[in-house]
Amino acid sequence: MSHPVLQLDKVRKSFGSEVVLEDISFTVLEHKATVFIGASGSGKSTLLRCINLLDQIDDGQILLDGADISAVDISPDQVREKLGMVFQSFNLFPHMTVLENVILAPTKVQKVAKDKAIDEALELLKKFGLNEKADQYPDRLSGGQQQRVAIIRSLARHPRLLLLDEITSALDPVLVNEVLSTVRDLKSEGMTMVLATHEMGFAKQVADELCYLHQGRILESGEPKKILESPKKSQTREFLRRLHQAGRL
Amino acid sequence: MAKKSGRGSNRATPSSYDFGGSWSPSEIELTRRTARKARNRKSALIAVLSSFLVLGTLGLVLVTSPGWETLRNTFFKWAYGVEILPKILLGFTTNATLTVIAGTSVALIGLAIALLRTSRSPALTPFRLLATVYVDVFRGIPMLLVILLVGFGVPALEIKGLTNNVLILGTLAVIITYSAYVAEVIRSGILTVHPSQRAAARSLGLSNFQTLRHVVLPQALKRVTPPLLNDLVALIKDTGLVSILGVTDAVRAAQIQTAKTFNYTPYVMAAIIFLLVTIPLTRWTDRMLRNSYERENAVGQA
Repeated sequence: MSHPVLQLDKVRKSFGSEVVLEDISFTVLEHKATVFIGASGSGKSTLLRCINLLDQIDDGQILLDGADISAVDISPDQVREKLGMVFQSFNLFPHMTVLENVILAPTKVQKVAKDKAIDEALELLKKFGLNEKADQYPDRLSGGQQQRVAIIRSLARHPRLLLLDEITSALDPVLVNEVLSTVRDLKSEGMTMVLATHEMGFAKQVADELCYLHQGRILESGEPKKILESPKKSQTREFLRRLHQAGRL
Repeated sequence: MAKKSGRGSNRATPSSYDFGGSWSPSEIELTRRTARKARNRKSALIAVLSSFLVLGTLGLVLVTSPGWETLRNTFFKWAYGVEILPKILLGFTTNATLTVIAGTSVALIGLAIALLRTSRSPALTPFRLLATVYVDVFRGIPMLLVILLVGFGVPALEIKGLTNNVLILGTLAVIITYSAYVAEVIRSGILTVHPSQRAAARSLGLSNFQTLRHVVLPQALKRVTPPLLNDLVALIKDTGLVSILGVTDAVRAAQIQTAKTFNYTPYVMAAIIFLLVTIPLTRWTDRMLRNSYERENAVGQA
């Protein structure tokens, strides 16, 4: 039996009077991937930011490896050490080379010796075919390469859980695939993940559980195949129909 | 249209365009090159002619003006200028020392104030408030007044142990004023770093301070380097203002010489010395920034 890495229980988040997340409950087991789909503004990004404690929740509870990370006395820095987050807009540090981007957190936060951090970073870069880019600045890389570096940067800290926020939305279609195949590799190696994506084909491939987020609520969740092929709720059907029309399904 | 020409006679200037292949410019390209060359020649000719016309007219107006002879003798008497040059240079060492001391202090104090004003820590609230008041006040007062107030006001307090040295007080006044300016420049730089950079750093587990130190400040300071160096050039010049307290700097030294002979050439010499320092500094800044920009933004490499 797999052990639960992340558990959310009745999480609620609002910005002022606008409720962004309401009654969000789900569990991610070790080595499993939970994928969130939904229209822009449905709360996917906010959800990931809440798990990462970048945004503070209004109600409910978030447990990471059984520990309540929504508690008041918890140190966000310590929680984030266990979480890897990759953003839609890459957010690499432009004043640092690829290698420096990757070793920043291991050397400064986890206090790994620099030599060792460099060795590990180069190994990771090599594994994902980016070792030749180690000494280059992010601006010299294609979008796909930049996003892969961002993934590697978050992996270098050996996170318990990876949060991927629409990581292909800013890429042109040709580059999407190289990033997605990187994620598929990670999944097959047993990385536990929570993803928000608009790529339905990809969602189907990596998701163990698919959640459809609509106006801040999980309207439907379960096996990806079931939800994508025979959705129960009319809103899910409408969302999928519109995706289909847009040629994205 | 653009047929490749195989004839060797058409290879007008092959060396600079030859990439080692069998390519040679087509007829149409050769026509374009000839046309471009003709156009460039015409532009250069116009530039030369207009320069001669404008600068020549200005020079002529200057030289033929009724007071030109007098002006030349009172402001540009080079032999006299060279004679008093050592005295002004000696005075300039005061400006140079003052610039180094004030510049270093201003950089540190300005950075500290900028960090205070951008911090969100509740414990720092009173300091944040004080920093804001400080910046508002000293950016709003002419520096000359600050120099006079500090230079003559502090000794008037007659507090024991406090210096009456006008050089030190003058430097202090310069530091107080410039820190306020520099703090605002650095603060604006910090604010231009996109929040997503902060979010990325925090999500990697970096603390607030580490985020500032490794991610925000390097980007912010680089962006504000041109305005900061602009301020440094201004600082070098403004060190001359402490001369009103009686400090013998380059300006004061020139003034003393002028008072002796009623010839203004020492002022011109002092101006030249300032230019000899500030112009190379400006050029060097430009080059440094261009280099770092090219390093990070080189796109389209083969």
